[in-house]
Amino acid sequence: MEHKIIDTQEVVIRFTGDSGDGMQLTGTLFADASALYGNEISTFPDYPAEIRAPQGTVAGVSGFQVHIGQTEVKTPGDYCDVLVAMNPAALKANAKWAKPGASIIIDTDSFDEKNIEKAGFKTMDPIAELKLEDYHIIAAPITTLTKESLKDSGLDNKAIVRSKNMFTLGMCYFMFNRPLHFTEAYLEKKFAKKPQLIGPNKKVLNDGYNYAHNIHAIPNTYRIEPAKQASGEYRNISGNVATAWGLLAASEKSGRPLFCGSYPITPATVILEELAIHKELGAKTVQCEDEISGICTAIGAAYAGNLAVTTTSGPGLSLKSEALGLAMITELPLVIVDVQRSGPSTGIPTKTEQTDLNQALYGRNGECPIMVMAAKTPSDCFNAAFYAAKYALEHMMPVILLTEGYLGNGSEPWKIPSMDEFPAINPPIIKECEGKFKPFERDAVSFARKWALPGTPGLEHRVGGLEKSEAGAISSDPLVHQRMVAARAEKVARVANYIPDLEVMGKESGDVLIVGWGGTFGHLYTATKQLLDEGKSVGLAHFEYINPLPKNTADVFKKFKKIIVCELNSGHFVNYLRAKEPDFKYLQLNKVQGQPFVVHEIVEAVRAL
Amino acid sequence: MKYTSQDFKSDQEVRWCPGCGDHAVLASVLRAMPEICEELNISKEQLVFVSGIGCSSRFPYYMNTYGFHGIHGRATALSTGIKVANPQLSVWQMTGDGDALAIGGNHFIHAIRRNIDINIILFNNRIYGLTKGQYSPTSKYGLVTKTSPYGTVEEPFIPGQLVLGARGTFFARSLDSELKLNQEIMLQAAKHKGTSVMEMLVNCVIFNDGTHLDISEKSVRADRTIVLRHGEPMIFGKERDKGIVLDGLNLKVVKLGENGVTEKDILVHDAHSDNIGIHSQLVNMRYPDFPVALGVIRDVEAKTYETEVHRQVADVAQKAKIKNMEQLLHSGATWSVK
Repeated sequence: MEHKIIDTQEVVIRFTGDSGDGMQLTGTLFADASALYGNEISTFPDYPAEIRAPQGTVAGVSGFQVHIGQTEVKTPGDYCDVLVAMNPAALKANAKWAKPGASIIIDTDSFDEKNIEKAGFKTMDPIAELKLEDYHIIAAPITTLTKESLKDSGLDNKAIVRSKNMFTLGMCYFMFNRPLHFTEAYLEKKFAKKPQLIGPNKKVLNDGYNYAHNIHAIPNTYRIEPAKQASGEYRNISGNVATAWGLLAASEKSGRPLFCGSYPITPATVILEELAIHKELGAKTVQCEDEISGICTAIGAAYAGNLAVTTTSGPGLSLKSEALGLAMITELPLVIVDVQRSGPSTGIPTKTEQTDLNQALYGRNGECPIMVMAAKTPSDCFNAAFYAAKYALEHMMPVILLTEGYLGNGSEPWKIPSMDEFPAINPPIIKECEGKFKPFERDAVSFARKWALPGTPGLEHRVGGLEKSEAGAISSDPLVHQRMVAARAEKVARVANYIPDLEVMGKESGDVLIVGWGGTFGHLYTATKQLLDEGKSVGLAHFEYINPLPKNTADVFKKFKKIIVCELNSGHFVNYLRAKEPDFKYLQLNKVQGQPFVVHEIVEAVRAL
Repeated sequence: MKYTSQDFKSDQEVRWCPGCGDHAVLASVLRAMPEICEELNISKEQLVFVSGIGCSSRFPYYMNTYGFHGIHGRATALSTGIKVANPQLSVWQMTGDGDALAIGGNHFIHAIRRNIDINIILFNNRIYGLTKGQYSPTSKYGLVTKTSPYGTVEEPFIPGQLVLGARGTFFARSLDSELKLNQEIMLQAAKHKGTSVMEMLVNCVIFNDGTHLDISEKSVRADRTIVLRHGEPMIFGKERDKGIVLDGLNLKVVKLGENGVTEKDILVHDAHSDNIGIHSQLVNMRYPDFPVALGVIRDVEAKTYETEVHRQVADVAQKAKIKNMEQLLHSGATWSVK
């Protein structure tokens, strides 16, 4: 059979297997190699909450989808061109994500009676049962081949079988004409302290590559040329790491040492882990006894003059609610990162959602408005975290930054910015004052109070959760309370004077304005482009600043006949808009499945308007 | 600079009930601070008073120092953040039996376990005062309160036991009215590197009047309490005629001169012993079988949390190749697009 190389614009590949099969690593290596090769990429890990769910069952299937392209890639792709299924359960759970006629690589060694039964198939022919006969099935005895490849390696049987993901990766590299050296370099670095593992891993990777070449089971391979990216230096970055780095950057720009008090929680933990690494930049991390201690230690650190941060996910934000009120009334700078996940309660911890917006906006006792921001893409988490810290520090208030499991775990190539592109951060620290220091006296323009750090002579003062006058004296005077409530709310509202205007992509005016916020950006952007290509008169307004809203929000909205608000919840943002900008009629597209949008469903919804 | 008590007094009107034991603790703190500042060579602006919620938690408003009146139970977490952010500060935490041992129990034990260098004054009146008279985790079994009209059916915590169980390095106990002893304890707590817990047995005149009277009443106090001082024999009583000896594995009260007991037989208090066996027995001594132990019961050295945090940051920073954000951004796997 003649082997042809087909040039293609983009391809989506989905690696799936048992939780213990190493699919997250395989997907990550494929993505990294593609990014280093110069492709645009976007990734989506889709894994179960259990570390090792029962082997061979559908519940234990772990997946990692990678979208690579030589043109703009903004989403991990709706459906895949190639599906890797390491066992019957993986095939059963993921066949629905394969494009009609897609190539499906299966490890035939795992398709035995026991595993087919465990996956819940009714017959012994999963391919027929799933109606995949018209798909291009590449049935390879991957486990056997891996054993054969490594029989002289000196590794024990368990270690050998575990290497089957490298064999599969090698096969995929052949199919997409990927160079192997990026992954070989990774293996050399990873196993620097266990050099006996370098050789076998490289061998099995190469054997997988050669096997795919030799069997001719794959009629054509694909070539995705490097994308035409803006020149500069790039790196791959996940949303959680970008968030941590954005906070470190704000610490450097403000000169305030970083303090992070947190409690481990999926999917936010990586931010705490990442900050714990970077002590070289002065970051102090305290892994607390609980979520409440996480935020309260951070509030203490803020009082003492640090850039204070606490990171969490939905249920943790619930636990922090009372303390958020304390940060708000004491008017201390604090960044609260909520990596949203599926709820309520424990919900589906590893799945993504946008269902914490109401909680972020309203989830506190008393009159307690707090600034709320949302990151758009994995790399945008860097900017969002930086600016959340800037507003917190300069306006003396807590800021909630919403990201999502999809952003936190997802990664994309990022053109590395220069720190010169970021503004200075100037917290209103006071060193001395005439007369008695009044802790809650405000700046006339921003309404921010001054920050007097303990240790400064002459500025001794008390803060706390009780209502106080501007002078800092406890007060239950009705008028003082009303005045202070209004002033704190006004301070948050005035941040609108400092944030950028809302931008519109696509048509500036027209039939339909697609509205979104946070991590749905990639899907909404891709859908908007597709609709524009179809000749539809659409625009996209994507919000990063939620409270307060950008000042030009109504000006943007009034230029369109219809507005459709798309979000991964039952309508939090649309109802907020109905309250804040009541002069418009809002249509909505909502999805609450623990999964991101697929581009197709957005396009369909807009076409149907 | 030499301070006087007046330097630490704020202009706020003290709002505790007349006769409340908290007044005496405030007086003790005001008297102790000039000496503490002098001995530790710190100035007033380095002091931070932190509290949670409850009667005693009003304390920071009455001090002319930096202060943070937090939320219920969370004072320990606030203190931890303050101390880690700036170890130069001397952090004093005012908390009650409800604040520290009920809603804030988790933070309390973990701060002690970490041995962060803060000074905790635990006001134990065995009742919820600010919410007007409900039983607390230190209320005696059977206490009749608004939420236990037929008496409580739960055993109380012994705070010192909890501190030792959490691997505490410093525990002291005193009575609200023992101003001189309080000062002595506070100075030792200030000097101690690590979490210092000072349990103050305070009276609540309104909701639990006389809860400590069985030992604090003037005429019986000397016979029913013992003031422990490191290196001194455990002798007590109005006539200084009673002492504590070790009988097998247990403590026992003996009378000097009786059965041939002399001062040489009496245990000498060793607050610095790492062995918690005796400290635990001393903490648990209860009237009428024993005198209640006052003074510094345990004061041992150990690494402190904030020092370790800062040491690690400094160590890593010194060895690291990455010195700033720009270098971090370009570290690891990157690629160029021309």
